Amino acid sequence: MDFLRPDSWADALAAKAEHPDGVPIAGGTDVMVELNFDRRRPSSLIDLTRVRDLSEWYEQDGLVRLGAGVTYARLITELGDQLPGLAMASRTVGSPQIRNRGTVGGNLGTASPAGDSHPALLAAGAEVEVESVRGSRRMPVTDFYLGVKRNALQPDELIRAIWIAPATGPQQFSKIGTRNAMVIAVCAFGLALHPGRKAVGTGIGSAAPTPRVAAEAGAFAGSALDEAGLWESRGELPPSLAREFGQRVRAAAAPIDDVRGSAAYRLHSLSVIARRCLVWAWNDYRKAA
Amino acid sequence: MRGDRSLRATSSRPTRQRPAAPVTPVTGGLGESARRPDATLKVKGEFAYSSDLWAEGMLWGTTVRSPHPRAKIRSIDVSEALMVAGLATVLTADDVPGRKTFGMEVPDQPVLAWGDIRYQGEAVALVAADHPETARRAAALVRVDYEVLDPVVDAEAAMAPDAPALHPSGNVLKHVKVRHGDQQPTADVVVTGEYEVGMQDQAPLGPESGLAIPDGEGGIDLYVATQWLHVDHDQLVASLDLRPAQIRMTMAGIGGAFGAREDISIQIHACLLALRTGRPVKMSYSRQESFVGHVHRHPARLQYEHGATRDGRLVCVKTRIVFDGGAYASSSNAVCLNAATFACGPYEVPNATIDCYVTYTNNPPCGAMRGFGAVQACFGYESQMDKLAAALGMDPVELRLANAMREGTSLPTGQRVEGPAPVAEILRSLRAMPLPPNADGAGEAERDLRELPGGVSNTTHGEGVRRGVGYAVGYKNIAFSAGFDDYATARVRLSVVAGEPIAEVHSAAAEVGQGVVTLQLQIVRTELGVQRAVVLPADTQVGSAGSSSASRQTWMTGGAVKAACEAVRERVLALAASKLGATGRLVLADGAVLVADAGAAPTRVSTLADLLGAEVVEETVEYRHAPTEDLDPETGQGNAHVGFAFAGHRAVVDVDTELGLVKVVEMATAQDVGRALNPQAVEGQLQGGTAQGLGLALMEEIQISGGKVRNPSFTDYLIPTILDMPPVRMDILELGNPVSPYGVKGVGEPPTISSPAAVAAALRAATGRALRRIPVRPEHITGLLETRTDAVPDDPTKPARISAETQ
Repeated sequence: MDFLRPDSWADALAAKAEHPDGVPIAGGTDVMVELNFDRRRPSSLIDLTRVRDLSEWYEQDGLVRLGAGVTYARLITELGDQLPGLAMASRTVGSPQIRNRGTVGGNLGTASPAGDSHPALLAAGAEVEVESVRGSRRMPVTDFYLGVKRNALQPDELIRAIWIAPATGPQQFSKIGTRNAMVIAVCAFGLALHPGRKAVGTGIGSAAPTPRVAAEAGAFAGSALDEAGLWESRGELPPSLAREFGQRVRAAAAPIDDVRGSAAYRLHSLSVIARRCLVWAWNDYRKAA
Repeated sequence: MRGDRSLRATSSRPTRQRPAAPVTPVTGGLGESARRPDATLKVKGEFAYSSDLWAEGMLWGTTVRSPHPRAKIRSIDVSEALMVAGLATVLTADDVPGRKTFGMEVPDQPVLAWGDIRYQGEAVALVAADHPETARRAAALVRVDYEVLDPVVDAEAAMAPDAPALHPSGNVLKHVKVRHGDQQPTADVVVTGEYEVGMQDQAPLGPESGLAIPDGEGGIDLYVATQWLHVDHDQLVASLDLRPAQIRMTMAGIGGAFGAREDISIQIHACLLALRTGRPVKMSYSRQESFVGHVHRHPARLQYEHGATRDGRLVCVKTRIVFDGGAYASSSNAVCLNAATFACGPYEVPNATIDCYVTYTNNPPCGAMRGFGAVQACFGYESQMDKLAAALGMDPVELRLANAMREGTSLPTGQRVEGPAPVAEILRSLRAMPLPPNADGAGEAERDLRELPGGVSNTTHGEGVRRGVGYAVGYKNIAFSAGFDDYATARVRLSVVAGEPIAEVHSAAAEVGQGVVTLQLQIVRTELGVQRAVVLPADTQVGSAGSSSASRQTWMTGGAVKAACEAVRERVLALAASKLGATGRLVLADGAVLVADAGAAPTRVSTLADLLGAEVVEETVEYRHAPTEDLDPETGQGNAHVGFAFAGHRAVVDVDTELGLVKVVEMATAQDVGRALNPQAVEGQLQGGTAQGLGLALMEEIQISGGKVRNPSFTDYLIPTILDMPPVRMDILELGNPVSPYGVKGVGEPPTISSPAAVAAALRAATGRALRRIPVRPEHITGLLETRTDAVPDDPTKPARISAETQ
């Protein structure tokens, strides 16, 4: 196996073009597990940790441009205000050691339905910037997930950055696991209130073949809040609205039974955390008045 | 005349002797929390584990394992594997020179399979190569042609007459019957229950690993992390067909055991490869292989009927327990016996009917794990005690107190409990401990998520959270039982090096993390009064210490070291008398021989350095506990155990009843340890054992489907993290033990016995659900998943007569 260590983004793209079956590695928290379990024997690894540009973030055009190699630990400490949902999700990733290594770019590259950052990216309406020697393109994160551990990357493409609008309202993230830390999601939910456009962003994790938006549930909540004039009045959230939202999120999921939990429990718990997330976010919205 | 000499030894007149060394009190003796010799290395990450072993020119061994739980091997083709560059050898069953099977109690497991495959992961062939990756690639090229058969995966179904026999002896490996008192009793109140315990793994952090080095003369040296060198040695001798002296074993750095290292793993395989290739061979399992490379805790189904008088006195217990032993015997027989003898719990039970079975199946083999049959039984009988208390309208602790076993109680096996049996004291201590502050519901102030169910996964801010408190108490035997000739050997050598006395201890006691090395040092420091003490590496150049299991090493190896020290001391004091003419009550303390007559200040006779000079005093002693006897096969009567240890727990949990997630707020435990020779080590055992029990109650389970392990990794076999395991409130009772050295009891296993039952009781109290199975899953708490046992309703119309038994 070759171990390629490009020093620049251009070299990285060239390496990927030359080795389309090469596996990019950043924090290695997924790739190394696969190698250790002998589930994968790539012909080459492309180490992206020397590409300085990937580990930087900055604001541009009103958006946060998050380099694909920014670690969860930095996200938590540096971006908690701008990207609260993603920072909350990052806090649930593995252990401190894993958060010091793992990156959102890696989460997208693996594209596991259980990746912790996906629900927050979906709820915030993030975009993924990918690039190859042929050029660069940007797509909504919803278009990035194609199937279980399958994403929209072409063989010569690398993930360069994630573009996310800074939060304009409260965000929440909640993840079910069968222990209180260091656990892979049984299911997860991300929620973002977008008061400017009176919208509720959603993201479901680990309860369908891909991370997915609960679009109908989000639309329901956004307009129900609007019809009651609550976006303006910041009045109390009717419990029936929260319950209905939970049920509609549940209806958007398509989970399986596996070693981590049953489909029935995933559906049930998803409806509960979706409801709770809306309540918490709405209470924050009211307090922020 | 004698007086003269002793006077001279303490006189201030100038003599030709060196001036007496200043007295430095010996520290790190018994009763102190002496520091472990490996502590600093482990904290700094510098300790050498068995997986770190290395030898010049060594090869790497790997195992070819069956992917099928049940199959017949039609043929094995190694020709492709042999073509791999860097490959040294491939071995199959034909290459085992001696006995082709192994096993601690019953040698029923093939060293390498031929014919029948009985579990997924069974070893079929071995490969050695110059690099671990080369070995793995070659192993993948060993072509085994299997005829795949339907596995027998249910312990009950395995007992059916038409079930395929997995072994020539049939599928029922053992049935222990205990018949005590009236077999057709009547009681005012009867409760029945059916319970289930899942398959827990010991999950030692260090994988099975070792290094075998051929000696060039047909013999071999094996360095391996194990629990009992000599029982491994016996099995190596049999399968390698060598003379005992040709095989020398040395204990390697161990990363936990908990029962998982009682059975053979890499031992025979590494030696076979090394002897065949003439080169050192290292083997070290991956985590995935480790999960199929050692035995697990037996899953169990337990049916109980408890009968009591209306005022809460137990009249009878009737139980049927079925253990899934998996493919091979391992220590299943002893686990089954243990469960049968402890099936009624630490209570006065006048009438009992106990049937305990262990069967062969095509599931992974099960064997020793901390608590050894007593853990499963405790979950059954303590669940029943809570249920009985509810039926009687009694407080669960009061019901237990009313029936608590005490010194002199006769067990269902007819054995009388000798020495302290402080069941009531333990319960009272737990009840008297203050409860942690209640934090029900969503508080006004923001709560730290880490204190809530779900932790930082942010699943509740207090919604749906209810508190529950549960109690459980349990007991088990210490040391080996049922007529086993249980002994430990120790050699103690006292000499003077560079003007200082030094004591060396040599035993084969396996340090598995429990601190037996530290303990041996503490004993010699106290018994011989020397500061400098060394424990030599445990190996087979000294007699057997028995296993580091059954919570026995402090008692057994501790007893052997103590006895060896006494023999050494006797010789040293005799020397002092003969050489120096010392009289009176002579003792060894602080590196000197003292006269310590009653009523007088001790006076120094001589330093040990002066007394011994070039002389070496060495003694080897075998220590035995009082003999035990096997149970009568028909009645189950007999004095099977030499001693008992008791522990109880109180668990306080917060449960998110809507999501089924749990935060254990506090674990409290009270345990009679006899005497705490190293208080810090005792506390560590209580905390660790409690954590392992909590793990069984809440998350630790090897999930099996069709005989195949579904979660062989720490990604999905979950053990508690720091956010799952709360601080442990401890009450360590030191009530002594009349029949053990220093009055000790074993401490390692008891904390694991009652911990799961207490957590389950607390969950029931919080949720009102029956929760008849551990680990309790969120599905059970939320009512989304009824277990097989949950589906059995209690029949309130059941007559208050214990049902007639037909076995």
